[in-house]
Amino acid sequence: MTEGAPRSSASDRFALYDLFVAYGALIDAAEFDAWLALFAVTCTYHIVPRENYERGLPAGLVYCDSRAVLEDRIRALREANKYNIHTDRHLIGLPRLIGEGGDAKLVEAPFAVYQTDQEGQTRLFATGLYRDRILVEADGLKFRDKFVLLDTFAVPSLLATPL
Amino acid sequence: MLNAAIWPTLDYSRVPYRLYHDPEAYQREQERIFRGPTWNFLGLEAEIPNPGDFRTTYVGDTPVIVNRDPDGTIHALVNRCAHRGAMVRREMSGNAREHTCIYHQWCYGLDGRLNSIPFRRGIRGKGGLDPSFDMAAHGLRNLRVASVNGALFGTLADDVEPLEDYLDAPVLAQLRRLFDRPVTILGYNRQRIRANWKLYAENTRDNYHASLLHEFLVTFGLDRSTQVGGVKMDARHRHNITWAEAESDTAELAQEAYGAARVRSNYLSLKEPELVRFRRERADPLNIAITSVFPSAVFVQISNSLAVRQIRSRGVDEVEIFQTMLGYADDPPDLTLHRLRQANLVGPAGLVSMEDGEAIEIAHRASKADRHSTTVIELGGAGVISDRDYRVTDVPLRGFWSYYAELLGIEPAGAVR
Repeated sequence: MTEGAPRSSASDRFALYDLFVAYGALIDAAEFDAWLALFAVTCTYHIVPRENYERGLPAGLVYCDSRAVLEDRIRALREANKYNIHTDRHLIGLPRLIGEGGDAKLVEAPFAVYQTDQEGQTRLFATGLYRDRILVEADGLKFRDKFVLLDTFAVPSLLATPL
Repeated sequence: MLNAAIWPTLDYSRVPYRLYHDPEAYQREQERIFRGPTWNFLGLEAEIPNPGDFRTTYVGDTPVIVNRDPDGTIHALVNRCAHRGAMVRREMSGNAREHTCIYHQWCYGLDGRLNSIPFRRGIRGKGGLDPSFDMAAHGLRNLRVASVNGALFGTLADDVEPLEDYLDAPVLAQLRRLFDRPVTILGYNRQRIRANWKLYAENTRDNYHASLLHEFLVTFGLDRSTQVGGVKMDARHRHNITWAEAESDTAELAQEAYGAARVRSNYLSLKEPELVRFRRERADPLNIAITSVFPSAVFVQISNSLAVRQIRSRGVDEVEIFQTMLGYADDPPDLTLHRLRQANLVGPAGLVSMEDGEAIEIAHRASKADRHSTTVIELGGAGVISDRDYRVTDVPLRGFWSYYAELLGIEPAGAVR
């Protein structure tokens, strides 16, 4: 694994930007099948409160150690869970390539998610940092491991839609 | 005025909405419940294993430090400097030899004693405190602390019954069951809900809502009201255990019951069935055991996920749910992974709990406009408050309100208990 800030070509950077732009836009549009397609066949997805991360505690708010669990959660969201009626808006900062590990790129990006209720009131719902491992596959970049480090770990109301 | 006349019935089957919204009620709760004769969950001994370890928490609105002194004794101290009322220990957790207020550096021992004051004698004989100033009278106030197998409770009252009497036999047995061997902390989660804290305290005692609001339970066959289960309370009916036995009903019975209630019950398979699969860990068959301890603690087993929730009042219109996720120190790695996976079920993003945040927010929001209207609490019958061996019931809510009324001094004459 190479630490530091590896050099990358403009086209590599644009590919990363496209991945993160699609990631946020597809959640906000509730297009979860297309969103799931941004993940590799073998993947993980975790949302971990900063409170736990800093203490080395493993528990997450969302703990998908396999694609199966992630797909189950999305299905539960669609078919079983009830939650505050809202729309999301992801604002994702520019991704920063921080290293290469094996066949994966290690990438960080800060995010903020605003939620708007049915009466048009918007509040800052969450802010945090993505710390991801990304694979270069034949049909583009894919998330191998999505790690959502959640700064806003006192979750306002509840957390239903993915961050 | 908050008085006994606010209750339309003597069995607490009607609760006026004002109790969720009146600042007067909130102030009296802080005084007579949280600073009154109750035992409040503080944390776990396992969180402060070493001398000097501390954590900060709350009893109602009162900030509290829980720490272990060099002898291993645990103290709980009101986290407020005797000088200017500032919070002495600002960090969530850590290890320290003493607690020093940043404002004027008044320094306290881990037993709460005031050890030193800067410039106590002034400078060159000028200024400082009068020699008669009594250091011993200006320590951090100690709470009384008691433990059930490492679950720590504290009280700010001088005249409260011993913890074991307060909990009573059924609740004590549940806590001893959950803490039957050393626990380990898997992590924390927090949730800020825009609702009065009592709506959450009621929610955890409400067996009726579980499989209706939390559709995941039924859709994926984790828990159904057709299972053998019920509610069990202490003699005073202030606490409650909601319990159910694993695999104690049949698919046919559930289809019949939920079909009539127009609730989907199609037992869709999960791609990862481990999310809900119950690994039996004890001689008893309980896969649901939710123990609510008045006023603000909930000890939770849902399948193999284990947790303690602390209900933190945050003003009349907001509550924080602070949840500590647990495993056992002797869990093999695959069981730890199983518990971490099943932590998906609970907490603010929980597959069978996220709905509670929404349900109590909409109850808080819509009830605000009409303080004299009431809720209806009659599932499982009105009248006498007693244990039930079935699940379609909310009787323990009436037990909660009965004890609430007693503590607030608004219990009507002839009320059920």
